Amino acid sequence: MTISQTSFGSHEPVLEIKDLTVKYRGDTRSTTAVDHVSFSIGTGEIFGLAGESGCGKSTIANAIMRLLRDPAEIAGGSIRFGGKDVLAMGTEELRRFRWQDVAMVFQSAMNSLNPVMTIGDQIVDIYTTHAGYTRKESLRRAAELLELVRIDPARLKSYPHQLSGGMRQRAVIAMAVALKPSLLILDEPTTALDVVVQQEIMAQIKELQRELGFSVLFITHDMSLMVELSHRMAVMYGGRIVETAKAKDIHAAPLHPYTQALMGAFPPLTGPRVPLTGLADGVKFSNIADLQEVSPGHFVSPLPVLQGAQP
Amino acid sequence: MRFILRRLGFYLIAFWVSITLNFLLPRFMPGDPVSRMFARTQDRMQPEQIEALRKLLGVDDRPIWEQYVDYLHNMVTGQMGVSISRFPTPVTEVIASQVGWTLLLGGTALVIAAVVGNLLGILAAWRRGGAIDSALPPFLIFIGSFPYFWLAMGALYLFGVTLGWFPIRHAFSDTIEPSFSWEFMSDVGMHLVLPALTIVLVSVGGWMLGMRNTMIATNAEDYITMAEAKGLRPGRIMFRYAARNAMLPSVTSFGMSLGFVVGGALLTEVVFAYPGVGYQLLNAVQGLDYPLMQGLFLTITAAVLLANFLVDILYVRLDPRVRAN
Amino acid sequence: MTTSIATTASTVSGETFAGGAGTPPGTPDGGAGLPPGASVRRPNRSLLHGLLTNKKAMTGAAMLFFFIALALLAPVLYPDNPSKITGMASQEPDAEFWLGTTAKGQDVLALTIHGARSSLLVGLTVGFASTFIGILVGLAAAYFGKFIDEALSLTTNVFLLLPGLPLLVILAAFLPPGLGTVILVLVVTGWAGSARVLRSQALSIRSKDFVAAAVVTGERPLRIMFREILPNMASIVMGTLLACIIYGIGAQAGLEFLGLGDVSTVSWGNNLYWAGNEGALLTGSWWVFIPSGLCIALVAFSLSLINYAVDEVTNPRLRKIRKSKPASKPAGKPAKPGKRASA
Repeated sequence: MTISQTSFGSHEPVLEIKDLTVKYRGDTRSTTAVDHVSFSIGTGEIFGLAGESGCGKSTIANAIMRLLRDPAEIAGGSIRFGGKDVLAMGTEELRRFRWQDVAMVFQSAMNSLNPVMTIGDQIVDIYTTHAGYTRKESLRRAAELLELVRIDPARLKSYPHQLSGGMRQRAVIAMAVALKPSLLILDEPTTALDVVVQQEIMAQIKELQRELGFSVLFITHDMSLMVELSHRMAVMYGGRIVETAKAKDIHAAPLHPYTQALMGAFPPLTGPRVPLTGLADGVKFSNIADLQEVSPGHFVSPLPVLQGAQP
Repeated sequence: MRFILRRLGFYLIAFWVSITLNFLLPRFMPGDPVSRMFARTQDRMQPEQIEALRKLLGVDDRPIWEQYVDYLHNMVTGQMGVSISRFPTPVTEVIASQVGWTLLLGGTALVIAAVVGNLLGILAAWRRGGAIDSALPPFLIFIGSFPYFWLAMGALYLFGVTLGWFPIRHAFSDTIEPSFSWEFMSDVGMHLVLPALTIVLVSVGGWMLGMRNTMIATNAEDYITMAEAKGLRPGRIMFRYAARNAMLPSVTSFGMSLGFVVGGALLTEVVFAYPGVGYQLLNAVQGLDYPLMQGLFLTITAAVLLANFLVDILYVRLDPRVRAN
Repeated sequence: MTTSIATTASTVSGETFAGGAGTPPGTPDGGAGLPPGASVRRPNRSLLHGLLTNKKAMTGAAMLFFFIALALLAPVLYPDNPSKITGMASQEPDAEFWLGTTAKGQDVLALTIHGARSSLLVGLTVGFASTFIGILVGLAAAYFGKFIDEALSLTTNVFLLLPGLPLLVILAAFLPPGLGTVILVLVVTGWAGSARVLRSQALSIRSKDFVAAAVVTGERPLRIMFREILPNMASIVMGTLLACIIYGIGAQAGLEFLGLGDVSTVSWGNNLYWAGNEGALLTGSWWVFIPSGLCIALVAFSLSLINYAVDEVTNPRLRKIRKSKPASKPAGKPAKPGKRASA
């Protein structure tokens, strides 16, 4: 399975994933969470990964940063970042690779911040570890960083529980861009927030991306958000990619029935009201075939076997 | 601040309960322990002693509430009466001469056990399936299963009597005058080794397992994953992120244990004839020295409550979330 | 001392567990993750099944049954009064007296076997009684909440803070000596620990939707407490019970060793009291001293093993982790079942 590099910004991909397979090993049997997934992200490109809960998209994010823990393990495939083989990195190389090259914004900001350390100390940790700055210098930079995401630098002394949900997530975003990484992974960054704050956060991310020019792997199940933000996107189902193309192409003409269902399950932000359509009850896809190119840059898994939908 | 005041109120209530318990016990116990005691000790007591004891134990004709108010007043102002077995030394004086030894023994043992146990727990959780994690817990549980006094007697026999490495009783040798000299201090240290070591041996497993299990739960938190993603060094993640959070329940149980140390060193003190409050309490019980018994119990309770209050204050410093409300 | 600290420690781990036990993370392929409320009966069965296949639990159970059998068969094995003087004083173990004789000339083996009766009886009684009170207090506090919870929690915490062993000593001194006194005193000082653990667990189940549903449909409070909430905390109840039995056995031995028990009965604690009194160790009669202590330790250890297994079965995170290929995961990281699977 090969996908031509129709990357947005440049022809040099930042991240290249080939045939990635992740298994969860149980006592008696294993579950394949990610099954031969391949995609690449170009410099400055925003790549979206969509799919329902449990389809394996967060597992991919964790695999890229080698954060998977027992019982999950990478059973095959390759992850290359800027030409380096991520899976072959030693402990020290991996530690440097994390956050300097790839940073990540986790789903829940409340849970991803250490509750007993101030926001400032948690940012300072990044600078003192990776850049070798003194504590004073790190604090100065941390203040700048908070200003960048429009948080009062006085908040450096605050603990996570003293900030609002939106502020916490912005603080996490600030941490993520602290070392100006070339790839930022956003793992459902707005799921836990209300709609208004959601929009603020997304605007913030767009602005930072324009300013700093990093690539983004954007993971969500919210199709309208994704189409709005991403250049290119992939739709995952059951650990497989079922369709990938430019975001606007998928928006205009989703080809795979699952993509169609996913598009139908969210109300459009603008335009007339339409009834929501999801996947009919009991519909399941199995034996998802490899992708085939149907038009330039638009790949779909052909001939899905539909179960339960047919009478 | 509100948290601290709430806790303070709680400790005051607890202290009031223990004073009241002390007041009620000799008055409402079945089998009339007071007359039993009088019968056994009358012939070796002075008339004024008997009078004081009558009042303390409620063998007088005043209404009970009047006795209670009187009793409360006496206890709060530290008038705990006169010891019978060491007549005419006031109870407070007897206690003052012993409480230091208990604090020394219990404090040393507790601090060592907690520090060593928690460190082992952190390491075991961090290296799951490693040597510390797989071999140590069953061994320590096994050691912890022995009755404490039995291990203490075994150690006393083996290292004290048979091998003669350590002194077998008391807190210091009779031949040395207590002073702040090196000679006296090292003598005290030698006397401390066996009792402290046996307490540590028995209690370290509990600390370790508690910390290990909390650490395992903490390691599954998102902020640990994020700390890893941040590329921090493992030592920093282990102590500043994981252990720092996992120690919070440990701090609470440290407060609890402080209490048990003051009262619980009793068995240790008995085995090693260590002149602390626990040893004295048993002597008071055996000698039917009720004033001393009550005084000791109140002192121990007060120490426990005070220790816990201090731990609460420490907890507020350690967990910013408590400060918020 | 031993027991106090041991109880505290198990309280700690118990509570830690209670905190995250509401929704134990299930591995993607099931495992022992039991969603509370999915089925009221299921937790019990899977706990039992887990224990039956757990090596630690089975070892512990086998040891425990051995001692229970010993206690039950004591009158058959040694029909005579075990305190009877049957031999010479302080005889070393030989063919006639397998464990030797005491300074009085009693058969140590007979004393040890008969001692199991009183020690196990007191331990089990104290364990069950303390746990029962703990369940009542914990459930009532969690179910009714508000004022009742405040009052019960206050009482529990006060009892928890009163120094146990000194209180034990004073109570034992005031009350007439006897087995009943020992049991009463141990329950009075022991119930609070279990009540605290059980309350916090009951509280977390109380807040689950299926309990709210039961309240709305008008089920009687007692039924909700004992049929809806209680079965879902089986593992915590079990852990508490085991910890309380350990406490009972250890504390009884401690009391008796101090001479505050009923010195006329034969029990492991009294055996050790007499051994100490007769200077068994000073005269080098180790055989008088070792058996009873070892028996207490083995019983406590067997209960600890089962307790440990209960924790392992109900909390998959505590289980042994498998060794897997080093390339796929950073070395030495704890298992994190389930969480990463949800995308």
